[in-house]
Amino acid sequence: MTAATLSTVQLAPGQAAWRRFRRHRLALAGAVIILVLVLGSALGPYLLPFDDTYIDIMKRFAPPLSGAHILGTDELGRDVLARLMMGGRVSLSIGIVAMVIAMAVGVVVGAFAGFYGGVVGAVLMRLVDAVLCFPTIFLLLALAALTEPGPVTTTVLIAATAWMAVARVVEAQVRSLREREFAVAALAFGSSNLRIMFRELVPNAIAPIVVAATLNVAKAILLESYVSYLGYGIQPPAASWGNMLNNAQIYLTSSPWLAIAPGVAITLAVTSFNFLGDGLRDALDPRMNIA
Amino acid sequence: MARYVVNRLAQAIMLLVIVSAIGFAILHLAPGGPLSQYAASAQMTQEDLDRVTRQLGLDRPLPIQYLDWFGRMLKGDWGKSYRDGEAVLSVISSHLGATLELMATATIIAVLLGCWIGVLGALRRYSLFDSLATVGAMIALSIPTFWFGLVTIYLFSVKLGWLPAGNRQTVGDGSFLDLLHHLIAPALVLALVETAMWGRFMRSSMLEVINQDYIRTARAKGMPEWRILTVHALRNALLPMITVAGLQFPTLLGGALVAETVFTWPGMGRLFLDSIGYRDYPVVMGILMFSATMVLIGSLVADILYAVVDPRIRVG
Repeated sequence: MTAATLSTVQLAPGQAAWRRFRRHRLALAGAVIILVLVLGSALGPYLLPFDDTYIDIMKRFAPPLSGAHILGTDELGRDVLARLMMGGRVSLSIGIVAMVIAMAVGVVVGAFAGFYGGVVGAVLMRLVDAVLCFPTIFLLLALAALTEPGPVTTTVLIAATAWMAVARVVEAQVRSLREREFAVAALAFGSSNLRIMFRELVPNAIAPIVVAATLNVAKAILLESYVSYLGYGIQPPAASWGNMLNNAQIYLTSSPWLAIAPGVAITLAVTSFNFLGDGLRDALDPRMNIA
Repeated sequence: MARYVVNRLAQAIMLLVIVSAIGFAILHLAPGGPLSQYAASAQMTQEDLDRVTRQLGLDRPLPIQYLDWFGRMLKGDWGKSYRDGEAVLSVISSHLGATLELMATATIIAVLLGCWIGVLGALRRYSLFDSLATVGAMIALSIPTFWFGLVTIYLFSVKLGWLPAGNRQTVGDGSFLDLLHHLIAPALVLALVETAMWGRFMRSSMLEVINQDYIRTARAKGMPEWRILTVHALRNALLPMITVAGLQFPTLLGGALVAETVFTWPGMGRLFLDSIGYRDYPVVMGILMFSATMVLIGSLVADILYAVVDPRIRVG
C-alpha cells in the first residue's frame, strides 16, 4: 500500500467532518451569507456617506433606488441601508453574545447535573424543566418590562431564557461520558471533579455543544427582533433589525420598503445560522447519517 | 397504568411548585415589589408605605409570603388589576376565548398540512418534494412571525384588499362569516411555524415506522400498499405526535402573542402586552403563571394520553 492511498483511507476526524460539511451545500451557503452579513455590518457603515441616526426631514420616505439612498429613507429621512448595517451590528452582536452567555450557563448547569446526578442533578434538571414551562416570549417580555431596556439587559435576558436546551444536551452527554474508561482513569489519577468535568467530559461533548451554540445564535437573533419590535428591546434612536420594524406597520401602505429590508435581513441571518447548525450536526455527528 | 399516572402527576405538581417559585421571584424583582403601583404614587408618604407593607404582611419572611401567595393562587385569588381593579383571573378568562380560537384554528391547519407534508416527504425521501419541504420548513422556522404577519397584511389587505388588516370582527357585524373572514390571516400566520414543526416531526416519525419489521412482514404477506401505509404505518407514526402536540404548546402560545399584536386580535397575548405597557404587574404575572400552568397541564395530558394509546411507555 502506498503512502497516497493510506492518506485517503485514514482521514483525520477534522478532515472527515469538513468533507461531510462541504457536501451540505445549504450549510455552506449559510456560512457565506453569515460572513457577508457580518462583514457588511462591520465595515459597511464606513463606506456609506450617511450616518444611521442623521435625520433629514426634507428627504422623508424616499423610495429605494431613488437617488443616493440605495434602500430609501424612513419616516425621519434616515438612510435605511445605514440603519440596516448599524442594526446588523447590534442584532448580530446580541445574537452571538447571548449565545455565549447561554452556553456558559447551560454547560455549567448541565455538567454539574450530569456529573453529580442524584439530588443535585434532579434539582438542577427540574429547574430546567420549570423554566421551559414558561413560553419564551412571555418570560422574556415580563422580565424586560421589569428592567431598564438596553443592549446589555436585552442580551442578558435573552440568554436567561435560552440556556435550558444546552443544559439538557450537556447533562445527557456528561452523564453517559462519566462512566467511560477515560473518565474513570482521570479519577484514578486523582484529578479533581472540576478538572474531570471541564477538562475531560465537556471537551468530549463538544460536537453537540457546537451544534446547539449555532442554533442558539439563530434563536437569539429571532428573540431580539421580537422584543425590539414590541418596544422592549433596543431603544431608538439606535437601530436594530427588530426595532426598525417598530414603525413599519404604520407606514405599510405608503412605504412598504421600510418593512422589507429589516425583515429580509432577520430571515436571512436566522435561516443561515439554522442551516449552518444543521450542516454542523451532519458533519460532526456521523452516527446521524447511518439512520 | 395507575402507577404511571400517579408518578407523572407527582412530577407535574413538583414542577408547578418550582414554576410558582420562579413566578414569585419575578414578582418581587418588580421595581417596588408587589406595592410598585402605590410606591409610584405621590399620594403616599414613606410612612404610609411602611404601614401598608405591614398590613399586607409584606414584611414577613419571604418563604412565609410565598406559601401565602401560593395558597391564594390555588384558591383562585390571583390579585386585582391595577388598571380597573378587576380580578386578574376574570380579566384573563375574558380574553382567553379569542386566543384559544386562534390557537385551535392554527393547530388544525398545521396538523392537517404538516402531517400530509411529513408523510409524503417520508414516503418519497430525498425527492424534489422532500427537499423543497425540508428547506421550506427551515425557512418557515426562521421567519419572524410578526414580519410574516406584516407581509401578509401588505399583500392581502393593502394590495389585494381580500382580508381585513386586523381585529376579530367588523364593528356592528359579528356574523359567523365576518368572524371567519377576520380569522383567516392571523390563523395562517400563526400556523406557518407550527406546520413546519409538525411536518418535520411527522417525517421522522414516519421514516422510523416504515423501516420496522412489521411493515416488511405486511408487505411479505402481500398486503396492498395503501393498506400497509394507512392501517399499519400511519397509525403508528401518528402516536408520537401526541407528545409533539404537548411540546408545541409553548411555541404556539408565544406565536399567538405575536400574531395577536400584529393583527390587533383581542386575546390574552395582546392583553399581556397592554398590561406590560400599563405596568399592570398583577395581570402580567397572572398571565405568565397562567401560560406556564397551561403548558404544564398540556404536557401532562399529552404524556398520559400517549401512555393510554401506547402501552410500551407505561413499562419503560
